[in-house]
Amino acid sequence: MFVSLLAVIGLGGIGWLIAPYAPYLFGVILPLAAILVFLSGVVWRIKNWGNSPVPFRIPTTGGQQRSLDWIKPARLDSPFSRAATAWRMLLEVLLFRSLFRNTKAEFKDGSRLVYWSSKWLWLFALVFHYCFLTIAVRHLRFFTEPVPFGVGLLETLDGLMQIGVPRFYMTDALIVAALLFLLCRRLFDQKIRYISLPGDYFPLFLLLLLVGSGICMRYLGKADIASVKAFTMGLATFAPISPAGLPSIFFIHLLSVTTLLMYFPFSKLMHMGGVFLSPTRNQPNNSRAVRHENPWNPPKKYHTYAEYEDDFRDLMDEAGLPLEITPEQAAAAAAKE
Amino acid sequence: MSKLPDAKMLARSIQYAFPSAPWMKTKPVFNPGSFCYPAKEETMAGLGMPNPHTWNPAEEDWKLPPDWEDIIYTALKDRLEKYRSLKVFMDICVRCGTCADKCHFFLGTGDPKNMPVLRAELIRSVYRRDFTTAGRLLGKIAGGRKLDAAIIKEWFYYFYQCTECRRCSLFCPYGIDTAEITMIARELLHELGLGIHWIMDPVSNCNRTGNHLGIQPHAFKEIVEFLCEDIETVTGIKIKPPFNEKGHEILFITPSGDVFAEPGIYTFMGYLMLFHEIGLDYTLSTYASEGGNFGSFTSAAMMKKLNAKMYAEAERLGVKWILGGECGHMWRVVHQYMDTMNGPTPTCMATPKSPITGTMFHNAASTKMVHITEFTADLIKHNKITLDPSRNDHLTVTFHDSCNPARGMGLLEEPRAVIKAACNNFVEMPENTIREQTFCCGGGSGLNTEEIMELRMRGGLPRGNALRYVQERRGVNTMACICAIDRATLPPLANYWAPGVTVTGTHELVANALVMRGESKRTMNLRQEDLPGVEEDE
Repeated sequence: MFVSLLAVIGLGGIGWLIAPYAPYLFGVILPLAAILVFLSGVVWRIKNWGNSPVPFRIPTTGGQQRSLDWIKPARLDSPFSRAATAWRMLLEVLLFRSLFRNTKAEFKDGSRLVYWSSKWLWLFALVFHYCFLTIAVRHLRFFTEPVPFGVGLLETLDGLMQIGVPRFYMTDALIVAALLFLLCRRLFDQKIRYISLPGDYFPLFLLLLLVGSGICMRYLGKADIASVKAFTMGLATFAPISPAGLPSIFFIHLLSVTTLLMYFPFSKLMHMGGVFLSPTRNQPNNSRAVRHENPWNPPKKYHTYAEYEDDFRDLMDEAGLPLEITPEQAAAAAAKE
Repeated sequence: MSKLPDAKMLARSIQYAFPSAPWMKTKPVFNPGSFCYPAKEETMAGLGMPNPHTWNPAEEDWKLPPDWEDIIYTALKDRLEKYRSLKVFMDICVRCGTCADKCHFFLGTGDPKNMPVLRAELIRSVYRRDFTTAGRLLGKIAGGRKLDAAIIKEWFYYFYQCTECRRCSLFCPYGIDTAEITMIARELLHELGLGIHWIMDPVSNCNRTGNHLGIQPHAFKEIVEFLCEDIETVTGIKIKPPFNEKGHEILFITPSGDVFAEPGIYTFMGYLMLFHEIGLDYTLSTYASEGGNFGSFTSAAMMKKLNAKMYAEAERLGVKWILGGECGHMWRVVHQYMDTMNGPTPTCMATPKSPITGTMFHNAASTKMVHITEFTADLIKHNKITLDPSRNDHLTVTFHDSCNPARGMGLLEEPRAVIKAACNNFVEMPENTIREQTFCCGGGSGLNTEEIMELRMRGGLPRGNALRYVQERRGVNTMACICAIDRATLPPLANYWAPGVTVTGTHELVANALVMRGESKRTMNLRQEDLPGVEEDE
């Protein structure tokens, strides 16, 4: 945990103290490189998964199979068709259905196990991901001119509570709450703490730095929006201008995005792409109806009936079991050789 | 086997507390009862398994082949290239911990490495260090660790404390399936000649004699005929099932445990009585006399090798389709692997059609194998058999979903439809312990062996708890199942966690309720216990 925390503090330090003195490197070269790394990394990872074979059709079934006409199948949890499987995947990705099932097991009265419904992780995970998406889309304001109607609409909705100037975005508070929940879970739930690796804390701290610096800029530091936009439009149109003169907090923000983009393809954050390729979720439960081909199916090698009969012929004959070759025929064949 | 502690005491002793040392620093201790006996050298050699040798898990030196690190590295690389599942599951876990308290072995032992996430990390850590850029550069900071002999021991310890039940996979937001990881981990261990006796011995038997128990063909026939005598004692009806006969419509295959031991034999008698009553045109086979597949607990290659006999025998006998008995992992193999591994089906076979009701089993159009509860549920729906459920009135029955049919197939309603038709008193266990959320019997995936009885009872705790609950509140005295391993593992589990509950196969209940043409008045059930309230006619 401390390694990750130190790494993120170090990043913040670089953004604060060093980046403003090398604006072109931190403002132009690294961000553009990060975008390149992110895109090519993600594509490479997904292609690497996608190109590996799927030898067996192994969906985890979460409900009744399709069998007899009068038994109602669970179309989503035990999908038979490709379309139903696509729905299962879609709801998994958009609504985290599997996580929604979550329970918490506990001993009651010392020896009786009970299972409580436990949806906090589901809720905060959902909040985090949708807030992140909303915030990312809101940021399109900095990369487009004119700003698309949808982005403006989203901003209006996000700021619907109309608190303060500049208008307070709900997602800003929600994403911090969600990140803190995810972090506290890791720190204070014994189980989760025990399994956590530096790679689990690092993205949380990094995102907190990212979100925190963003919030500071909007509500506290008040960076000059016009010059920020001039800079970001430069990036978007591949006619970069130096961000020299922008405040340190902006460099912290930018450096955390840069780091996130570069880190993403090589980390667990790739679960975003991997979930689509999970063989227990993205395959239909129809393996008895439609044959699945294994691209590397090895040739059949097994103990054949003929070998079996050779082993047990006399015993089988005595027991009156039908034979392909009777003991007499076998003896005659042996005599011939 | 050491004596088991008192059930309540054992449950109270379980603590979900975590050591202060990080998990990479803790190592399992191989005390008797914590591990399965190793496979015999000659068994492994006989099957052509790599690096067969004699070794003992309790000893320091496991006598690994000198180039064992290369072997593991090469084998892991090979599996990563062959299985997208492995690659994706190695890469995308975010360690959210949702799976942690879903595992019956974690719930029953409190051992942190029995949390599915850590079980997978045992391999993932090695994968990260040797197969990812970040791991190669950053090592431990990126969650990597260097492979050493202690890690191999850890793998052996914990991948034989996973029953491949897939309960974690259901709850995982990315569907990461520990069963898949365990299957591959065991393949890696087998590359070093490390296997367990309780799995490899049945595999070897199955390969040669046609079934796990090593019953030779003449003995198989004798045992079945003996069971038929018992049927005659109970019903007065003489049944003579066909063996290895060509020209029948259906080949019937069930786990050999059903012909061998109580209470499975009563289920087997149930099948024979049902087939006799409806006049089914079927044959048994001594060559393909095993529905189960302990090869699936060994490697994909071994699973394929043992399973290949089913279609081979179907072709030799010229049957149209295969009917499969009650078994858990058998149905995982049949439903999700068989057709891919050993199909396409022989040309003599066709989409299964019930000769009694005319129902086409389109859901098995390609595999051409139907589950017995699908078949029987269809018979019942069409009123083709007469059942007198009052004969089971002294029973209050609950149903244990086997892991594989539940989460690897989705067979949930069929057995319930059959049980409800055969019994008047049916009660479900609590909802978080049944259907797709069902808990393992504690002995699946080849772990149903005596030497780890306490571990099995711990793994069986969630099931035992749920059973105890309905026993106390609803008067349940019978637990039905559709799995041969369950029929072997649940009786000791019930004895321990919910004494007084009897374990039965689903078709035992059917046969007890089945009204057969020409039968004598039933005064006892298939176990030859007197039926309460029934007087023998003078």
